[in-house]
Amino acid sequence: MGHRTPLYENHLKMGAKIVDFGGWDMPLHYGSQIEEHHKVRQDCGMFDVSHMNVVDVKGATVRDFFRLLLANNVDKLKTRGKALYSCMLTAKGGVIDDLIVYYMDDQWFRVVMNAATRDKDMAWVNAAAKEFGGLTVTPRNDMAMIAVQGPNAKEKVYQALGEALRAPAGALKPFHAVTVGELFIATTGYTGEDGFEIILPAKAAPFTWQMLNEAGVSPIGLGARDTLRLEAGMNLYGSDMDETTTPLESGLAWTVALDPAERKFIGREVLDKQKAQGVPRQLVGLLLEGKGVLRNHQKVMCNGAGEGEITSGSFSPTLEQSIAFARVPASVKIGDRCTVDLRGKPATVRVVKYPFVRNGKSCL
Amino acid sequence: MSNIPKDLKYTKSHEWVKPNADGSITVGITHHAQDLMGDMVFVDLPTAGTQVTLGKECGVVESVKAASDVYAPVSGEVVEANAALADSPETVNKDPYGAGWMFRLKPANKAEVDVLLDAKAYEALVASEKH
Repeated sequence: MGHRTPLYENHLKMGAKIVDFGGWDMPLHYGSQIEEHHKVRQDCGMFDVSHMNVVDVKGATVRDFFRLLLANNVDKLKTRGKALYSCMLTAKGGVIDDLIVYYMDDQWFRVVMNAATRDKDMAWVNAAAKEFGGLTVTPRNDMAMIAVQGPNAKEKVYQALGEALRAPAGALKPFHAVTVGELFIATTGYTGEDGFEIILPAKAAPFTWQMLNEAGVSPIGLGARDTLRLEAGMNLYGSDMDETTTPLESGLAWTVALDPAERKFIGREVLDKQKAQGVPRQLVGLLLEGKGVLRNHQKVMCNGAGEGEITSGSFSPTLEQSIAFARVPASVKIGDRCTVDLRGKPATVRVVKYPFVRNGKSCL
Repeated sequence: MSNIPKDLKYTKSHEWVKPNADGSITVGITHHAQDLMGDMVFVDLPTAGTQVTLGKECGVVESVKAASDVYAPVSGEVVEANAALADSPETVNKDPYGAGWMFRLKPANKAEVDVLLDAKAYEALVASEKH
C-alpha cells in the first residue's frame, strides 16, 4: 500500500482505477482518460494533487534564501501572492526538482514541489536552510490540494464553494494567489486552461471535492493530466529533465535568471559556462505525421545533426495525432524532419514549436 | 471483476474467439486486455485475404499508454476485418466482445479452435496474472 491522499475514498467511490505514482496510490482515470481530457479542454474537471509537497518557509531572510536556492529570481516577486516557476539545481546545474514559489509576505514564502521527489527535495531544502540559518521549513502535510481546470472552472468553483470567492479569486491575474479564509486559491495549473489550484485543510478536502462534483465538475485522473500538460507544452520532472540535465537543455531557459550577474545561485557556474560555450542539446516538440504513438525513450534520428531521444511521448486527444518532447542536438531547427523508430518501422516526425494546444485550440 | 463470457474461447495472449455457424471464427481482445491497455487510439488489423499463423502477430492495438500486438489465435485466412475500428478505436474499450470485434478468420484446422482455453481456464489465467 502506498501513501494515500485525503481524497482516496472519494476516488474509489467514483470508480477510479488506482495506480502507484511515486509511492502514492493515485487515480489514473475514472473510466476513460480521453473523455476526461476533452472535459478539461471543453468544460472543466478537477484533479486531486494532494500528493504534491506544499512547504512553508518562514524567517526574516526568506527572500535571500530563495535568491540562492532557485535558478529563477524571486526578486521578480514584488506583490504579495505572486507566484514564480523555477528549477532548484545541484551545484553541477542538474535539476533537483521544478517548483512554484509564492511570495506570501516578507517573512513567508510557500513552495509547491513534486511528490515523487519529496525525500530528496526536503533533504536538500533542509540542509540549505540549516546552513543559511534563521529559517523554519514546514511541510504542510495537514493540507490537501485540488486543481480545477477548464474554460468553465472558475464559474463552477464560485458555484460550488461560494459567491464570496468571486471577488477575491476572480480579480487574480495569472500566476497569483490569494488566501480566503482557510482556502489558498491560485491561478496556476498544469493543463494550459483557465482555472484554479486550491490548497485547503486536508479535513475539508472530501467535502469540497463532493461540492465541486455536485456543481458538475468531473474528476480527472493522472492519465489525462499527463496528456493535458504535454499538449500545453509543460515539462514533467523525471521525464523531461532530471539531475543529469540543466534547465538550458530542457526548454527551461526562460525560467533561469542570469541577470543580475551578481546573484549567486546554486548551479549558476555551470549554466554560465554552458551559455558561453553554447548549449549542446535542446528540448523540442515533435509531431508524428502518420499513425502510431511516440513513446518515451524512443531514439530520434536527426539527419546529419546526430541523435536525440523522446523524453515525453503520447497521443494528443485534441490534435488526434501523436506529439512528443525530445532532447535533440542544438543544430536541429523548427520545421526539420527527423525519423523515429516506431516498433521496427521508421516514421517521420516534424520538429515543431510548443505549446501544441492552448485554451482548447491547436497552436500548430 | 473481469468480464469473461462463458460461450467464448480464449488465448493466453488475451484474444477471444467466437465460432460462427458458417465455420469462420470472430476474434477480438478481452475485456481484461482492453482494461489493462486503457483508451485505444489506433487499431491496425490484417486485411481480408491475409494468411495468418497461430501465435504470430497479425495486428496492433495502441492505447494512450502502450502498444500491443494482436496474435492469431489459430492459423487461417482473414475473411473480414472490422473497418469501423479505424475511425472509432474506442469501441474496443466500450464493447470488446460486441462491436469491438477485430476480424473474422477461416481456420485452416478446426482442431486448433477446439484446444483454445475455455472461460474457466482463461479466468484462472487472469487471476494468476494479478499476483
